[in-house]
Amino acid sequence: MNLLNIIEEIENVDPEVYGRLSQRRDVIKNITSFGSKVAIAALPFAVGTMFKKAYAQSTTAPSVIDVLNYALTLEYLESAFYNAGKAKGTALIPADAATKYFNQVTTDENNHVTFLTAVIKQLGGTPVTSPKFDLTGGGGTGTGPFSNVLTNYDTFLAVAQVFEDTGVRAYKGQAGFLLNNQVVLTAALSIHAVEARHASAIRQIRGQTPWITSTAALGNDTGVALVNGNYDGEQNVMQGGVDVTTLKSATGSTTSVAVATAAFDEALSSDQVLKLLLGTFIVK
Amino acid sequence: MRYAGVGVASAGLLATAACKKDHNTPTPPPANGIDLGAKNDFAILNYAYALEQLEAAFYLQVAATPYSGITSAETALLTDIRDHEVLHREFFKAALGAKALQDLTPDFSSIDFSSRAKVLAAAKAFEDTGVTAYDGAGYLIADPNYLLIAGKIVSVEARHAALISNLILPGSFAASDVNDPTTSLNKSATIPEVLKIANMFLKTKVSAVNYGYTAS
Repeated sequence: MNLLNIIEEIENVDPEVYGRLSQRRDVIKNITSFGSKVAIAALPFAVGTMFKKAYAQSTTAPSVIDVLNYALTLEYLESAFYNAGKAKGTALIPADAATKYFNQVTTDENNHVTFLTAVIKQLGGTPVTSPKFDLTGGGGTGTGPFSNVLTNYDTFLAVAQVFEDTGVRAYKGQAGFLLNNQVVLTAALSIHAVEARHASAIRQIRGQTPWITSTAALGNDTGVALVNGNYDGEQNVMQGGVDVTTLKSATGSTTSVAVATAAFDEALSSDQVLKLLLGTFIVK
Repeated sequence: MRYAGVGVASAGLLATAACKKDHNTPTPPPANGIDLGAKNDFAILNYAYALEQLEAAFYLQVAATPYSGITSAETALLTDIRDHEVLHREFFKAALGAKALQDLTPDFSSIDFSSRAKVLAAAKAFEDTGVTAYDGAGYLIADPNYLLIAGKIVSVEARHAALISNLILPGSFAASDVNDPTTSLNKSATIPEVLKIANMFLKTKVSAVNYGYTAS
């Protein structure tokens, strides 16, 4: 990675790049404060941050209410999904199968909707109303790629897993917008943890590892190629500028990609999540 | 007295600041322990590092001396968790560099590693505590990049926690002992609450004087 080339390339499209960067000297100071050894190793990571912050000037970060309404939208989807599944009764969910799982998650997602709605109101915001959903992923046609989601138990489980794993990624992507906000950040992290518990449990039901075990080439480990996008990025092994596969493991001097990817969950931005959901599960 | 590198510097700074402020000098941590140091992101990252050291040591022991009657599925899952925790430990060590806490010496004398029930109960305690610790300390982190890394780790800890709970009692992956039945928020915990528990399994006692906790 040649930093100067990159800056030069950006300069071609944005002549003010040097000005933007120098206004952000504090960022560079922050970079070096993370241990001098790491500062060198962390350069690619740090540079990414530097650009993100330099360009953040032109786009407004979402407000706390925006973040909460986004979270509420995702909870509406999960809640609608489980409520619809449960309403089908044993026609969808076999009597002896995973009843505890579905009771728990349905309760939790409904509670999250209620909780987020209350918090938004308490903060003086207006909770968004629920959009229309197409649980088949068909954008309103009802005949999307998961057309048998409410009649076939395996499909229902697969979609549940995708929603839970994606939900974890979505919450993670918002944490930075709630920085130092003890009440809201702690609540968001606490919902994030519950979603991760759900994801773990549904993955166990599907006979998968409870954690996302990617390969170097593919983040998606669900076996459902349609949802590659939901897992894209999970194959990342660079954490804070450190390639964690180079770190020692319990049994050797390096760490496998499987362990490296499973040990760290990755985030998705709201843009990435909405791109996956709008026009498929969320009717535009 | 033995302090980690970061502890030495911050203990000095802290004493000065405290004198100026209110003459209320915090009690120094015990001679057999270390302190997280000045109130900043490195203290929180070292807090996480301490917990990851503890978890890694625990699962290394579980893998080395498996409990009687362990199934092959359980071995595979517990080995995975061991590998994740070792990597979390090694990551913090590498990322913190010179600012990293010293290696902590665990004390697992209270855990019967031959008993499935005892090992899983301890594993549940470690995982649940880990999740509540990360969730409870997130707001203390100033740099969004560090917060993101904490987020990447805590959801994996929550996945572990759910699995261990299910091994103990199927379907208990998000039960009311960890998940508020009204709001469905995972519990979160303060640094003093967490360190009090962690220190029960550490010979090297960890204090966080600047966060209101001195190990006894």
